[in-house]
Formats: sequence, C-alpha cells, structure tokens
Amino acid sequence: MASTKKVLSSTLSHAIVYTAALITVAPFLWMILTSFKSLGEILKSPPTILPAKFHFDNYVRAFDAAPFGRYYFNSLFVSACVTVGQLITCSMAAFAFARLKFKGRDVIFFLFLATMMVPGQVTMIPSFMILYRLGWINSYKALIVPGLASAFGTFLLRQFFMTIPRELEEAAYIDGCSRFGVLWRVIMPLAKPALAALAVFTFMGVFNDFLWPLIVINSESLRTVPLGLAVFRDRYTSEWDKLMAASVAATVPILLIFFFAQKYFIKGITFSGLKD
Amino acid sequence: MNLRPNMEKRGKRSDGRSAFFFLLPTLVIFSAFILIPVVFSFFLSFQKWNMFSQTTRYVGFDNYLRALSSADFWAVLKNTFVYTLGTVPLNMLLSLGAAMLISKKIAGKKFLRTAFFAPVVVSPVAAAVIWRWIYEPNFGILNYVLHFFGVPAINWLNDPTAAMFALIVMGVWKTMGVNMVLFSAGLDGIPNQYYEAAEIDGAGPWRRFWRITLPLLAPTTFFILVMSMIGSFQVFDLVYVLTSGGPLGSTKVLVFYIYEEAFKYFDMGYASALAYVLFAIMFVLTLMQVKFMKKRVDFAV
Repeated sequence: MASTKKVLSSTLSHAIVYTAALITVAPFLWMILTSFKSLGEILKSPPTILPAKFHFDNYVRAFDAAPFGRYYFNSLFVSACVTVGQLITCSMAAFAFARLKFKGRDVIFFLFLATMMVPGQVTMIPSFMILYRLGWINSYKALIVPGLASAFGTFLLRQFFMTIPRELEEAAYIDGCSRFGVLWRVIMPLAKPALAALAVFTFMGVFNDFLWPLIVINSESLRTVPLGLAVFRDRYTSEWDKLMAASVAATVPILLIFFFAQKYFIKGITFSGLKD
Repeated sequence: MNLRPNMEKRGKRSDGRSAFFFLLPTLVIFSAFILIPVVFSFFLSFQKWNMFSQTTRYVGFDNYLRALSSADFWAVLKNTFVYTLGTVPLNMLLSLGAAMLISKKIAGKKFLRTAFFAPVVVSPVAAAVIWRWIYEPNFGILNYVLHFFGVPAINWLNDPTAAMFALIVMGVWKTMGVNMVLFSAGLDGIPNQYYEAAEIDGAGPWRRFWRITLPLLAPTTFFILVMSMIGSFQVFDLVYVLTSGGPLGSTKVLVFYIYEEAFKYFDMGYASALAYVLFAIMFVLTLMQVKFMKKRVDFAV
C-alpha cells in the first residue's frame, strides 16, 4: 500500500516537473521551428508545428539584411576583453584584500562592497559624460573600459583566496618568488574553479548587456548582438521568418556555451547567494 | 622554525607599496566609472542641465519635487510596483516548487536543471523578440492554444492590462532559473537526518515541509526575495523590446523612464534625481537584507 502510494507520487512528480520543463523550453523550440518556415506558412491559421519545407534561406536573408557576423564579432571581442581584464584586475585586488596588510584595508574593502548595491542607472549618466569628454563614445573603448573592474568579482575571488592555505605561498616566498609570482604561480592555479565561475558569469553578463551599448554605440559596425537584434526588430517588425532566424542566431550559440559550461554558471549563481 | 618571523618582517616592510600596485588598476577604473559618477550624479540631481549646454543651473530640490508632482512619475512607479508584485511571488513559488521536485529522486536531474535555467542565459532582447511572436494576436501560438479553452483572442501587447500581464509572465520565465538554483542550494544544505527523524515520528510530507523545509530555508528565501525585488525594480531590456513601455505607458517602468529622460530628452538633472530615487529604494531593500542576515547570524550562534 505504502509502496503503491510512493510509486504514484513519484510518477506524479515526474509528470509535473517534465511538463513544466517542456513549457519552459517551448519558446525556444517554437522559435527554432518558426525560423525554418516560409513567411506564408508562418502566417497561416491554424499554425503548423513542423515546417512543411525547411527554409534555410531565412537565415541567409536575415544575415543579408543585417551584419550579424559583425555583431557577433563585436560581442565576442568585447566580452572576451572585459572577461580577461576583469580576471586580472579582480585577482590582483582580491590578492591585496586577502593577503596583504596595509592601512585602511578593511575600510576600503567595505566601501568596495558597498558599491555593489549602487544600481547601474545611478552611474550611467556621469559615466556616459566621462566617456563623451574622453571622446570615447561610439568606440570599443566605451564598451570595454568601464567593465575592467568589478566589486562582485573582487569579492568572489577574495573569499576564495581566503580559503587557500598559506603554507604553499610561504614555501614560494622562501624560494624567492615575488608577490606577483605567488599570485600568478600559486594562488591563481589553485583558484581555477572560482576564476572559471567569474569568467563565465562576466562573459555572459557582458555578452547579453543591452542598456549600456544602447547608450554609447550609435554606428552599425560597432553594434553588439543584443543591440543589433533590437534595431533589427524595429526595422522588420512583422517579418517573423527573418526575426526568428536572427533570434536563433542570437540565442543558440550562448545556449550551447551554457550547456557545456553549466557547472560554472551554477557555481557563480550559488556563490552570489551564499555571500554572507 | 624561525622562518615565520622573517616572513612577517618581510611582509611588514613593503606591504603598503605592493598593495597599492595590486589595487591600482581596480581603483582607477572604479574611481572613474563608479565613485566619481555616484557623487557627480548626486550633484547633477540638483541641477538643470541638458547635456549639450555648457552651463548647469542650480535648482535645489526642483528635480525631486518635479518627480513627486508629476503624474508620469507616479504612474511609472506604480507600474514598477505592479511588475514587482506580479513577478516576485509567482517566481518564488514556481522556483521553489521546481527546486523541490528536482531535489527529489528524479530521473534526468541534469537535463531538467538545464531546461529551467536556459532562459536565464539568453539575451533578454532575443527572449523578448521570441515572446513577441508568441503573443502575436492573429498568428501567435498563445492565442491559438487559448482558443481551445474557449478564450477569445487577446491583443496581448496592445491592451494595457494584458500587456503588463504578458510582461510579468515573460519576466517570470526569464528569471525563474536563477531562483531555482539558489533554492536547490538551500535545500541541499538541510541535513537529511531531520527529515528521517520527522518521518519516524510520523510526520507526513506536508508537515515536514511546513516544519522543516520552510523554517530552515528562511534565510535563502529572504535572500531570494530581496534579490528578486532588486532585479525587478531594475527591469529594462524586456520592456524595451517587448512593449517599448506601451501601450499608453502601461508598461513604462522606472528604469525605462530614466533612460528616456536622460537619453531621449537629455534632461540629465531630472534623470539623475530619478536614478537617486531608485537608489533609495535599493538602499532600503539592501538594509533589510543586512539586518536580517545579522539576526540570522545571532540566531545561529
């Protein structure tokens, strides 16, 4: 009796959770299916589930209508620069906070943490003006430079560095290693999981960022994928064949990256939740 | 064995200088794009300035007073609250449910987690383009499915009430995965012995949920609540692409309003004041978070 009940409840929870998962991914499946249909088939009622014929030319036409290759290059380039830059600056700052003794360390660290709660909209306008004065508006610099430091990243790495036993460093110091050498040769290799989590997190954040590129970029050749797609949407409001092909191009690669680097995404998120 | 004192001495001598070197890149970027801007936008919020004129004019609290007496501002604030109230509880309920189901003995755990998390990683812009197609009134799949349940066609994005509803549904879909992962981590932290002991004492699943899961999950829940509220107060991308704040301003939220005032009308002073209002709201939320965390630490000790 008890076991029948258990089987029943297990079946029920499987049914519920799989239905919910299917509903969650349904918009993606629908996007992919639609992206292969002709516009005539898309605007048919009742809708067809599978495309009558696979129209790969939707993709060709979408890529002809806007330089998505270029957008991709821009997004990848900017995300890669910011990610690498942040890994370096955050590791250095985290090392200072975790290992060096200097006056005012705790005050600076606290101030640092406090800035995490300042919403980006507060700094957005003056940041824009600083870049404007520098003549950096509408350039890669505007997309990259403001992202080259991060309180969250510094904090994440600092917490991780604190857990690394000091004995290893002491041995390295005795061997004549400099502080930078210790960070580079001892700490960073040991902190790979935290660095990977930060890298994936930063990369995804920059890749998907929209408001900042929207403000600082106005020429087509510098648009990132989200910005390019938003402009594309304004221009081809109801050409769903092209729009869905463009959306597939904008989402599927990032979904694939996520699929393979999942572990680190999850780690980054859980870490942000356990920061007390 | 006298190596350690040597080390300490070495450390004392030049830590300050190397600390400066290690912090320099971060401090430069931080000063230029966080610290100075925070102070400067506070200053700007008391000025009248359209970016292209050379001079600013001190106007005292005018920008703040203008916000308080503007019907637009209150409408925008109301929309932001409605969006928050619509997304946060629904989001938490669904993500807790998903986390609990996944934490059980279930086949294909990894696949399920991937599925629930997938919307989080895609760009909000792309997500909104997909949902525009789902919500399309004549050929969209949603109206087609609903018509089987006898629901007449709804003009999702052109009717003020429906548009906010559509935005909320999409917002929940987009962010649920994050909360699910956080809830899963929280659930994993609850020792299994508690459940075993309760089961021996004859507590049913419902009782176990109320007496063990929920109380022990309280810190996680509170964290998620605050983070979700902060996130939904800052919603922008989804709105920009799904509805552009329309129809009739029904989905115009605070950040969208700030964006328009700053970069469409170039009223930088007013926009800065609005940004500081947002900051104040975030500040209160964060304070709640800190207070609660402190209490929890005391509790744990």
